[in-house]
Amino acid sequence: MSSEIKSHLSDSFGSEILIHTGILANKCYQCGKCSAGCPVSTEMDYPPSMVLRMIQTEDPEEKEKLLRSMSIWLCVSCEMCLQRCPMEIDIPTLMDYLRQRSIASKKQHPKASKIIAFHKAFLDSINVTGRLYEIGLVANYKLRSGSFMQDVGVAPEMFMKGKLSLTPEMIRNRKKISEIFRNTIKK
Amino acid sequence: MKLGYYPGCSLKGGSREYKESVVAMAGAFDIELEEIPDWNCCGATAAHNLNKELSLSLPTRILAIAEKEGMQDIIVPCAACYSRLTVTQHELNQDSQLKDKILSVIGMDYKGTTNVLNIIQFIQKYIADRIEEKTIKPFRYKVACYYGCLLVRPHNILKFDRVEDPQSMDELIRAAGGDPIDWAFKTECCGAGLSVSRTDIVAHLSGGIVEDAFDRGAEALVVACPMCHSNLDMRRKEINKFLGKKIQIPVLYLSQVIGLAAGLSYKDLGLQRHMVAVQLPDKSEPAEKPSEVLTTQEEK
Repeated sequence: MSSEIKSHLSDSFGSEILIHTGILANKCYQCGKCSAGCPVSTEMDYPPSMVLRMIQTEDPEEKEKLLRSMSIWLCVSCEMCLQRCPMEIDIPTLMDYLRQRSIASKKQHPKASKIIAFHKAFLDSINVTGRLYEIGLVANYKLRSGSFMQDVGVAPEMFMKGKLSLTPEMIRNRKKISEIFRNTIKK
Repeated sequence: MKLGYYPGCSLKGGSREYKESVVAMAGAFDIELEEIPDWNCCGATAAHNLNKELSLSLPTRILAIAEKEGMQDIIVPCAACYSRLTVTQHELNQDSQLKDKILSVIGMDYKGTTNVLNIIQFIQKYIADRIEEKTIKPFRYKVACYYGCLLVRPHNILKFDRVEDPQSMDELIRAAGGDPIDWAFKTECCGAGLSVSRTDIVAHLSGGIVEDAFDRGAEALVVACPMCHSNLDMRRKEINKFLGKKIQIPVLYLSQVIGLAAGLSYKDLGLQRHMVAVQLPDKSEPAEKPSEVLTTQEEK
């Protein structure tokens, strides 16, 4: 760790983020370019520049709001904010960290449930077959999210165009994949 | 010539026409693509949203197998997989402690000798200098080249093309006889992984892309990513509903355009699989005088 980083360490949320991601939120001077370029900022409860400001305040209430926010789940990791940030703050990686922190402390925004259900169904598929099995993913997502009637129209058309495989592709070394899952996300 | 390649899950499933067209295009230029044996999913958005170590371990296994097989260049046509593999390689090179940790998770060795190429880099390196000579049916259409997010961002890691106004795909389209337009949404996001869980947002974001391309006279959108394709093509119904319009310009993969120019058939390139029908007016033999074009023009 560089001395620049060490000098910023304390028992704070900003330091925690710095240790885990190498991101120094205090570098943000609120120019707002990230929020201006963000494709989903209008849908967010707190646009990216405000997320950074909330971290800077070190107010426990602001931290709580962030972990319970919809913003962290709406971020599509398009990387536009990082690209345009004059201080090169890696906001997409920060969002990844906040999401993982939110799940670990069971603070996910209730309206994020469908988005999280999709991610979890996606990973379930890989854990089992090593690759994504689309029909399995959609079935699992519907079970997890309760959106049974969603996209029922597009599936037959996809099938007719030969875009859907009925059987999953299984890799040979599935043991290795479940080992990877056990040693990371399921640890 | 044989080259290593990573198709990824989309190209084996809902975007199989991308795989068909990449393989067919490579074949037309005497290149054989060899799949990385027993490859796994790169983890995509889901993995990096939920767990950092998982999101690095899955791509590392792929890279390690490719390296073991002696593959130096790995062709990765899916922009999202390309991003995951390249970012992983970068992170491991930056941090040896992290690298050791990830290598112990996958239980394999990886030195880092592999070179990950996206579809545009692959074409630039192995095909581009022969496109003009191989073009027998120039793609004489106005085209909006759509790069999306992950081919160009983040630039400090990918180091590929200009970030806000990339030109690499435009140049390849020009070589195949096409006429790329100047437009505003080249690198705007299509909504990516929210396609299923928040289709409303995808309709809004992809709607802006399709509308701008259409308003500026594009006859086709050209993409290099299966996520972008499925959002712009498969979600067109939702897009048109959002726009209150009926925009029917087709979305083609870059490999399909170069393949068509090289004389491959619609079927070779999987063009029949798109949701928005690819019906382009026949411009294969333009007349000297514009008036004759109208009389000889045939609908496909």
